[in-house]
Amino acid sequence: MLHIKCPHCGLRSQNEFSYGGDGTVKRPDLNKEVSDKEWDTFVYLRKSPRGKHVELWHHISGCRQWIKVERDTATHEIFKTSKVNEDI
Amino acid sequence: MSEEFRLDKIGLVNRDKKISFKFNGKKYFGYEGDTLASALIANGVHLIGRSFKYHRPRGFFGAGVDEPYAMVQLYRNNETEPNVRATEQELFEGLEAKSLNCWPSVNFDIGAINNFLNKFLPAGFYYKTFMWPKSFWYKIYEPFIRKAAGFGVVSTKHDNERYEHKYEYCDLLITGSGPSGLASAYAAAKNGARVILAEDKSRFGGSLLTSEVSIGNQNGKDWADNIIAELKEMPNVTVKNRAQVFGYYDHNMLVMSERLSDHLPKSKKYTPKQRLWYIRAKEVIISTGSIERPIVFGNNDTPGVVLASAAKEYLKVYGVLVGKKPLIFTNNDSAYETAIEFKKNNINPIILDTRKNPESEIISEAKNMGIEMKFSYVVVAAKGYKKVNFAEIANISEDKKDLGKIENINCDCICVSGFWTPTIHLASQSGNKTKFNEEIDAFVPGKSKQNETTVGSANGIFSLEKTLITAFEKGHEISKKITNKDNKISVPQVSEKKFTQHDKFWCVPLPKEKNYKRFLDFQNDVTVSDVELAIREGYRSIEHVKRYTTLGMATDQGKTSNLNGLQLVSSIENKIVPSVGHTTFRPPYTPVSIGAIVGREIGKHSKPTRKSPMHSWHEKHNAVFVDAGIWLRPRYYKKGNEGLFEASKREAENVRKNVGVCDVTTLGKIDVKGPDAAEFLNRVYTNAWLKLPVGKARYGVMLREDGIVMDDGTTTRISEHHYHMTTTTAQAANVLSHLEYYLQIVWPELNVNVVSTTEQWAGAAIAGPKSRNLLQKLFPDINVSNEGLPFMGYLESNLFGIPARIFRISFSGELAYEVNVESDNGNFMWEKIIEIGKEFAIQPYGTEALSTLRIEMGHVAGSELDGRTIPYDNGLDGLVSKKKDFIGKRSLNRKAFIAKDRQKVVGVVPLDKKTSIPEGSHLVKDANAILPNPKLGHISASCWSVEYNNPFSLAILKDGKNMIGKKLFALCPVKNKSIPVEIVSSHYVDPKGERVRS
Ligand SMILES: [Zn+2]
Repeated sequence: MLHIKCPHCGLRSQNEFSYGGDGTVKRPDLNKEVSDKEWDTFVYLRKSPRGKHVELWHHISGCRQWIKVERDTATHEIFKTSKVNEDI
Repeated sequence: MSEEFRLDKIGLVNRDKKISFKFNGKKYFGYEGDTLASALIANGVHLIGRSFKYHRPRGFFGAGVDEPYAMVQLYRNNETEPNVRATEQELFEGLEAKSLNCWPSVNFDIGAINNFLNKFLPAGFYYKTFMWPKSFWYKIYEPFIRKAAGFGVVSTKHDNERYEHKYEYCDLLITGSGPSGLASAYAAAKNGARVILAEDKSRFGGSLLTSEVSIGNQNGKDWADNIIAELKEMPNVTVKNRAQVFGYYDHNMLVMSERLSDHLPKSKKYTPKQRLWYIRAKEVIISTGSIERPIVFGNNDTPGVVLASAAKEYLKVYGVLVGKKPLIFTNNDSAYETAIEFKKNNINPIILDTRKNPESEIISEAKNMGIEMKFSYVVVAAKGYKKVNFAEIANISEDKKDLGKIENINCDCICVSGFWTPTIHLASQSGNKTKFNEEIDAFVPGKSKQNETTVGSANGIFSLEKTLITAFEKGHEISKKITNKDNKISVPQVSEKKFTQHDKFWCVPLPKEKNYKRFLDFQNDVTVSDVELAIREGYRSIEHVKRYTTLGMATDQGKTSNLNGLQLVSSIENKIVPSVGHTTFRPPYTPVSIGAIVGREIGKHSKPTRKSPMHSWHEKHNAVFVDAGIWLRPRYYKKGNEGLFEASKREAENVRKNVGVCDVTTLGKIDVKGPDAAEFLNRVYTNAWLKLPVGKARYGVMLREDGIVMDDGTTTRISEHHYHMTTTTAQAANVLSHLEYYLQIVWPELNVNVVSTTEQWAGAAIAGPKSRNLLQKLFPDINVSNEGLPFMGYLESNLFGIPARIFRISFSGELAYEVNVESDNGNFMWEKIIEIGKEFAIQPYGTEALSTLRIEMGHVAGSELDGRTIPYDNGLDGLVSKKKDFIGKRSLNRKAFIAKDRQKVVGVVPLDKKTSIPEGSHLVKDANAILPNPKLGHISASCWSVEYNNPFSLAILKDGKNMIGKKLFALCPVKNKSIPVEIVSSHYVDPKGERVRS
């Protein structure tokens, strides 16, 4: 079980969090013309890197904040965590 | 029967407390402190079971967790447990055990015929034999394998024992209380660290219990006892025996199972049988020691062949002789300790040493004691069927390839030692890159990935002095890092015998024209020839060899067999062991009972049960409940002999005719507050929200970004910046996370807060033509007319002095209202509604009637909003704004979503107006078409229409818009039904929606 440092609450066990996937995805702005390809990439395509990956986690059984976690997907090493509005 | 193999003056068992127990129905005696194994051996019982594949007689091989075969079916306190290792099971008064895997009895086993048919049971036998024909599987192959294979019998009764989980944090977890564990625990504890020391056996001390050493002028065992006593007194130390750390997981999370009651006849009240500890340790010291490995020779599975270290443990800990004419077969010095121990107790062992002319302190000591020893000698084969009665031995050439003349030698046990294998399981599980140590012919931990350090013989250090020096040092060093203290303990003086180099010999060649079975894996019956065959058949990777032969896959996880298996593969392949590599070590290190894993999360405790404040009223009024997510909701209220059908029909009819009340507390409720709340809702929902006035509710649909409907519900504007959102019961948590995602990540500039208020409000839906009359009586001060409280209107008032929210919303399609009060007042509200509603013939209705009402009205719900449908499919396209953008809008342009023949919700009526259509049935054009019959749609929900008194269903049907009036078939092969149906509008009742506005 991972040990994740919530930037709001401190070090907590993984079972307090839910996983939110790739943390680098940016939703196209509202009302903006978006090509099929661009939209398709946003909705469906995710990289699944082996190694460092910036992810979103949601501290659902804690402060209910979404946070960013930089994690190695192969070793589970967590390098850094940050609030979602901060650069990781 | 007397204990003819028990010695009087040696051992740690309590001679003052005799214990009686039964094995295979026969009564025996042992002592407090015995294991089942030691007590049986004391009574001369060596035949304990039959082997897995060949049903060969099997006895004891080890004295602890490494035991591959001495497993029994245990009976305790009217419960039974399979596959209990007799070497670990402590004796208690009244213990009963039986042999496994033999029928009709351990002495006469029918399966033993496999032993003589063995050429039909080679490696991969099951794969090869039971492949074809496929039709044989069900009736012939599977029952055969099931009967012949497997060990114990699982109890089918409910387990009444209690199991618990515990979460713990510490600075340093130390796994094993041998010399290295004790030394590092002591050093770290004295330096202020919070330490947990775990020992899997009942006694602390590990090898110090059986070795002849002294530490600081005390003998090893006394030193261990004193250290443990001191540790137990320290407030920063937790010491646990009978506690096996079996798994090393990510981020230094380790799991330990503590057996609190397995050694007692019956668990004490309030004491669990086992407790699972989840331990998050800053640092871990692995002091798991090492396991002696066998030398492979002919019939090496015969009862009476034991590890030399086990023979010594039975002698020194339990005062029990594994035999009276022991043959010691070794390639190293440690087995000499066993021989010396026998000799000290007036038993004359004979040592066969594979080495040519070894010289060391301990060999000289054995020589001086007059112990007979033969060098360059090997055991070729053990002889005797149910117990060893002699051995074939021979001189072996220097290159270890040729055997001399075979001689017979009398013996009643063979104590074998093929040197020591460090127990690296935990280190390997942690991600440590293990490395092969040529000097000891085994893998040892290498570079750490997590915060772990391995000490002592688990790290390949077999000298006590070196072990203590490094363990004290590591304990100090690691604790210093955590506590910043520098309190150093000096290492005590050690005296021990120095050993000389072992011989890397591990397998005795077969003599000419002899075909002895030489076992590698004793529990799964894997022999040398099985592995040879696997390699001849092309298996190369050690992982594949393992799976094909099942080497190391039994419940002992190959603790004694792994390394010899690797030796064999590497010698056949002419590779060195490290390049063959070892198979992956996975948790658990030893089997863990399912009960311990489940813990208290059993039955009703497996998930929380949520009840509305009106729950006890429902119970009192014969509600039959149904699970709705984790909520319990009344499905119907039973009257007299009514079943589900009659009761729900009565309840639904009463709503259509008079008035009904339904508990809707379980609906998800979210407060949306802030100056940007309207803008936020406008982005979340598909329809327009900017112009909703205060005091009005609106129905909304929200999508995922892929255009699929996520949830629906009504949201009411309570005040300028305050909205009350409702969600479906099932989606409440997802919707909240979804809203938080957009507010925190996508649109952080919006000034909005969301919070769940599901628990804060109790809700009652009042529905039916007489609901307005009832509402007026409940709230005499408000104007309940169509003008005062129009459809989708909202008012606040008092219900007999209690603040209440009144919404004019309807799910049933009737004139209806929903009243919310604070949860604590829920029951009061409910009772008032029932009491005052009497004059209007009110009846409570459950979820089944609720479904009926919504289905015949064509209101979509979870069965249509099933995570695969878009607004159009549900007839909700009118709610999709063309003007503004919202979550998921861009996806609605997808080709498939705008296809002309896109699926749509329709109504379905059976032509005979009698046959109910099972939910999930497929709609097809031709009932008798060739399979697979092209599916046009499926039935999503069915009910008995109370309005028309015939069955009615909703379906999601391809090109549904143009199918109204068509005739199709509903097929349900599961129930063997083919029903001719007609497609009608989904709005079967009140298609214009006049009632809700009346
Ligand atoms: Zn948090």
